[in-house]
Amino acid sequence: MTEYVGKSVFEGIAIGRLKIVKHDEAAASVEKGTPAEEKQKFYAAREKAVAALNALYDQALSSVGEAEAEIFSMHAMMTEDGDLEDAVLAKIDAGESAAQAAEEAGFELSQTFIRIDDEYMKARAVDVIDVSKRLSGYILGKEEQAIELKEPCILASSDFTPSDVVKLDKSKVLGFVTTFGSDNSHTAILARTLALPSVVNIRDSIDLPFDAKMCIVDGFTGKVLVDPDPKTLSEYEEKKKETDAARARRQALIGRKSETEDGREIHIYCNIGGAEDVKAVLANDGEGVGLFRSEFLYLENDDYPSEQMQYEEYSRAAKMLGGKLLVIRTMDIGADKQASYFHLPHEENPAMGLRSVRICFKKPDIMYTQLRAIYRASADGNVAAMVPMIIGVNEVRWVRKVAEKVRADLAKEGIAFNAGMQIGIMIETPAAAIIADELAKEADFFSIGSNDLTQYTLAADRQNQELADIIDTHHKAVLRLISYAADCAHKEGKWIGVCGELARDLGLTEFFVACGIDELSVSPPYVLPLREKICSLSANKADKDTFIK
Amino acid sequence: MTFEYVIKDSLGIHARPAGLVVAEAKKYQSSVTIEAKGKKADAKRIFAVMSLGVKCGDTVVVTCEGADSESALAGMKAVIESNL
Repeated sequence: MTEYVGKSVFEGIAIGRLKIVKHDEAAASVEKGTPAEEKQKFYAAREKAVAALNALYDQALSSVGEAEAEIFSMHAMMTEDGDLEDAVLAKIDAGESAAQAAEEAGFELSQTFIRIDDEYMKARAVDVIDVSKRLSGYILGKEEQAIELKEPCILASSDFTPSDVVKLDKSKVLGFVTTFGSDNSHTAILARTLALPSVVNIRDSIDLPFDAKMCIVDGFTGKVLVDPDPKTLSEYEEKKKETDAARARRQALIGRKSETEDGREIHIYCNIGGAEDVKAVLANDGEGVGLFRSEFLYLENDDYPSEQMQYEEYSRAAKMLGGKLLVIRTMDIGADKQASYFHLPHEENPAMGLRSVRICFKKPDIMYTQLRAIYRASADGNVAAMVPMIIGVNEVRWVRKVAEKVRADLAKEGIAFNAGMQIGIMIETPAAAIIADELAKEADFFSIGSNDLTQYTLAADRQNQELADIIDTHHKAVLRLISYAADCAHKEGKWIGVCGELARDLGLTEFFVACGIDELSVSPPYVLPLREKICSLSANKADKDTFIK
Repeated sequence: MTFEYVIKDSLGIHARPAGLVVAEAKKYQSSVTIEAKGKKADAKRIFAVMSLGVKCGDTVVVTCEGADSESALAGMKAVIESNL
């Protein structure tokens, strides 16, 4: 048995025979003509390649849809690109054959993409390679070959090109394994579209001797097991049966309320990192967004994001959600999330330092601009704001003051907004939990940030691997704080949610039900498992004492 | 002739809009360039446009020069505004 570990791009278990896909290494050794002849070969091949790509476009349009099909019109454009042409002609003039020139020029262009500081653009290097391989193939008179699959199998390769992917008989693919590639690769995108357990970037090559061997892809852990022993295989077969059945069961919960047997409804919202993620929220039947992390707007830019830019992103998310609640957390920069233009001082203990709303106390413009953007978006959907890292009543009052100024200014300028927009706070410091009774009078709602609340309460860095097996994530101290905060919120008629990792911990769902938690916010794939759990519980029988006494 | 635009698409000029921009630029005789972050690219060349690495929030300046520069500018503006 050989084990590999990579990055899982779709959860689930696949078991089947391996099919190793080798990309033909072009042996550019056919007879070389004069530069003029080689140029002619290049142009003739280019014409054929473009025609083939147009045919692939049509094929993809009918088999996988427009989004995937557009890759091929892009490839056609790349094939005819002037920079590629110039490079190829120069290499031919320098004495290379057309095929060699095309491959080298493609490789050089792919390197410029790999150097771009952007994961998406890096992933485009494979497109360039695909384009130049096709060109050299046509120059050498090779036929484009589809990957032949006789029986359903798990496909392994260095990485799959879009043209490999579109020509596959998808009914015979159980999963993918690639040596390279990322979350943004064509393989990853296809795996998610087709819901195939797949692992990318194993950083090792699964080679021909493994062809037709049994293989297990564990999309939960990112493990790939080739030639498993009988015991492992039967364990995984059992696990696959369970997970497949669980998936079918959960799909049936789409459109249902998350309600206990005795009729207590708990809303399941999602945590997202941008408007784009709303698609996953809707696909998993999330009932809203309990945490929109606005940090990316700050981290991906070289300067403070403008009001307009923020507004457009928030508004897009609000509109996509179509009336479902969108809770936007004001920026949580600092500690492990740094942006250079903030010019934050070096700190010995950044987790307890100048971060998130504390930065705004020093630079109120940041809060003013962000709240303006959020208020404007509140006219486009069901929007709320949420402030992190609160430790005192005065801080909430300060935020409310800024909000008041924003509302007055927007009204003066005649810009639409929802004056009644809720402003809630995160309970993620022990201080906030302990004075929750006072904070509940000031905030419209609470959301427990369980990750920070745990690390601050237990004085234990959550990133520290050494502590992982010492720290009890169900520690009574943390749970008592949550329970108290819930009581305080309800006493004031406010609602309370949980948006940290504890929210998806099915071992705590009963505790949250017992506390009367109104909302749990989790990443989209956890919505249905959590709904299943809630539906199996009884609010009357849920006992919180077993958790905190 | 030039116009300025701030990219609103969250992915920046990724593959699909880059393709649309190039296809539009190719329709005109005029030279069309896109400038961003101090780098300049021929808008008729897809690799050049993509490798500008333009992201959401970046400002791009589009310049059209030549006989049909007026319609080129209008065409580029329409494509960029509705796709980026």
